[in-house]
Amino acid sequence: MTLSTADLEALVAAVESDSGIEFDGLRIDREDGAYVLETPESERSGLEADDLEQALEPLAAYVTNWRYWRERVGGEGTARRAFLRWCERAPLEGDESAEPSSTDDRSGGAASADGGTLAVPDRYAALHDGIDREWGQLCLTARLVDDADEPAGERVYDCWHVDDADSDLSDLEIHDDPRDAREIATYDEDGRYRPLKTAPTLVSGWAFVGLSGAELVETIDFFYPATVANWHRERRGRLDVDHWIETAERQTGIYDVVDELPREAVEWMTEACCVDSQCLRRREWGYDEDDPIDVDGGDGPFPCREPCSLVVAAARKWAILESEAERTYELELTTSELNQLAELIDAVAEGRTDDIREADVNDGANRYRARYLRAKRFDDEGTLETRERREE
Amino acid sequence: MKALVIVAHGSHLNPDASDPTYAHADTVRETGAFDEVREAFWKEEPHFREVIRTVESEEVFVVPLFISEGYFTEQVIPRELRLESWDPERWDSDGTDASQVTLEAEDVGKTIHYCGPVGTHDAMTDVIVQRAETVTEDPDVGDGFGLAVVGHGTERNENSAKAVEYHTDRIRERGRFDEVKALFMDEEPEVDDVTDYVECDDIVVVPLFIADGYHTQEDIPEDMGLTEDYRLGWGVPSEVDGHRIWYAGAVGTEGLMADVILERAADAGADIGGALESVREGVTLTGESGRGSDAGPNAEAGD
Ligand code: SF4
Repeated sequence: MTLSTADLEALVAAVESDSGIEFDGLRIDREDGAYVLETPESERSGLEADDLEQALEPLAAYVTNWRYWRERVGGEGTARRAFLRWCERAPLEGDESAEPSSTDDRSGGAASADGGTLAVPDRYAALHDGIDREWGQLCLTARLVDDADEPAGERVYDCWHVDDADSDLSDLEIHDDPRDAREIATYDEDGRYRPLKTAPTLVSGWAFVGLSGAELVETIDFFYPATVANWHRERRGRLDVDHWIETAERQTGIYDVVDELPREAVEWMTEACCVDSQCLRRREWGYDEDDPIDVDGGDGPFPCREPCSLVVAAARKWAILESEAERTYELELTTSELNQLAELIDAVAEGRTDDIREADVNDGANRYRARYLRAKRFDDEGTLETRERREE
Repeated sequence: MKALVIVAHGSHLNPDASDPTYAHADTVRETGAFDEVREAFWKEEPHFREVIRTVESEEVFVVPLFISEGYFTEQVIPRELRLESWDPERWDSDGTDASQVTLEAEDVGKTIHYCGPVGTHDAMTDVIVQRAETVTEDPDVGDGFGLAVVGHGTERNENSAKAVEYHTDRIRERGRFDEVKALFMDEEPEVDDVTDYVECDDIVVVPLFIADGYHTQEDIPEDMGLTEDYRLGWGVPSEVDGHRIWYAGAVGTEGLMADVILERAADAGADIGGALESVREGVTLTGESGRGSDAGPNAEAGD
């Protein structure tokens, strides 16, 4: 990579106006009318303007890197910038002048298990091949554009489903408009509506190719709204968590009742909704500030900072159902039929019913088995025959 | 930098509920009037709670894609957006004239211009008329036509009836249609009896709703007798009691709605340049009309 005149001019102008540059390992200052130039690998001082140009030539990666972040990305302190830096394993904001390290980032989830950050020369080498990251069910690639018409150091980003990581691009439906992500995220594989965007049911078979940084972040925002913003807050220790009881007490209208959901039922609710098999968010909220919920919050990559609208809506149903008194019923069942009831509930809860083969009558949740049980044990009104046992 | 955030209801059950929100947001995006444009929902993501933190702009214009002032605009949205010092009094409205109020969003320290709902803006009157043009595929529709604007009514103790009456009065004053009536689902005069209330042979019926869903695609067409069963669809126009009913479906799906959104933001002080003109030019008669036959699974109250 060679330095363009434009790169040099921009750099010199910035050194003058900002009285020096310190970014991603590159430091240029003016001392006694001459330039001081420093990278982790080298240090030169007493450079005249002409010397500076020469001295920078082998450091083209540092210069184009600086320019990409300064001019193309901008937005210092923003979640967008931090996210794009994370994408290429650059040290994150606040650590930009720090040495790259191979230790893990402090925050959990997506930012951890990073394998550390990369210094500019290594990063450029990696960017040539493309640096891959996972964000929920998304696989993201940051790569350098190898195009004479683009400024050196220009990055583009690709995004596809993790399941397609090994697919040939020609087998995928190619997109370049972030808004297309809305349609892709709307339905699951079976064509059912996905009201929870972080449900682990994103369909595969598509790819966004050659996005700009801003477009990548926009695409992610359509796939997983607000995950970048909350990840950024979490990283900086500023994730604001609203616990169950605050959220519940805030509700009005038909949701006014949700704060009546018993403490215990809140546990069951999180076990039903907020586990890894159902949601890629990692539940950070508890019952109350100092009253955590026993159910594990999951290992999801995105922090969940308060009960979502789906959970609140479901909680309303459970609050109403839990207000009913328990009674004791008697019903006639064989032991196998009792076991079958358990199998049925489990199959529905695990979303397994579609996988049960037509003729697999060994499975209690097999459709014929269920229909047989209904034929045998339901009365003419179509309800399970039971007697309520009255206290003597 | 300034951002526009369009807040709407959305649905957990019906994927189409958010379509108009996305469509109008895209129209505004294309005008380039705002540095950022975002959709946010009560029942979808991003939720109202999270949306403001996803924008970089310091100044945010929030426009509710709701028909009337009431529970959502006065309680739910300001609360969920964490708008400090919100008080419905600050809109100083009697039900149809909320314009805007400037507040701080507590969690992000941004300036929020919280606007009145699109449904009560004067520009909405034009959208209703445009809807009549769209459904009849006649840019001059009016002569010999009656227009009925249908609202929800008072069931939820909102100002929906006021909004409907406000626009019907304004359209009536223009004298374009032979008759203009406000009808309701849950109160008199009821939409079921539209032919009792409007004498013209041709009647355009425009529901003042944001999105097509249960009410506009099932309830109203069946109640009016356009169809026995909404799943069978209906014709536009449909013959009912010797009248031709041109049923328009939800007014909120009309392209010109983007114009109302921009007007709301402009009223709140947003410099939107030539965006209004470009939206108006871009909105032409499409001849699309709600036929209900491809209506998806629909939302229930509270879904
Ligand atoms: S509340 Fe539970 S289900 Fe909803 S987003 Fe958070 S973790 Fe997921």
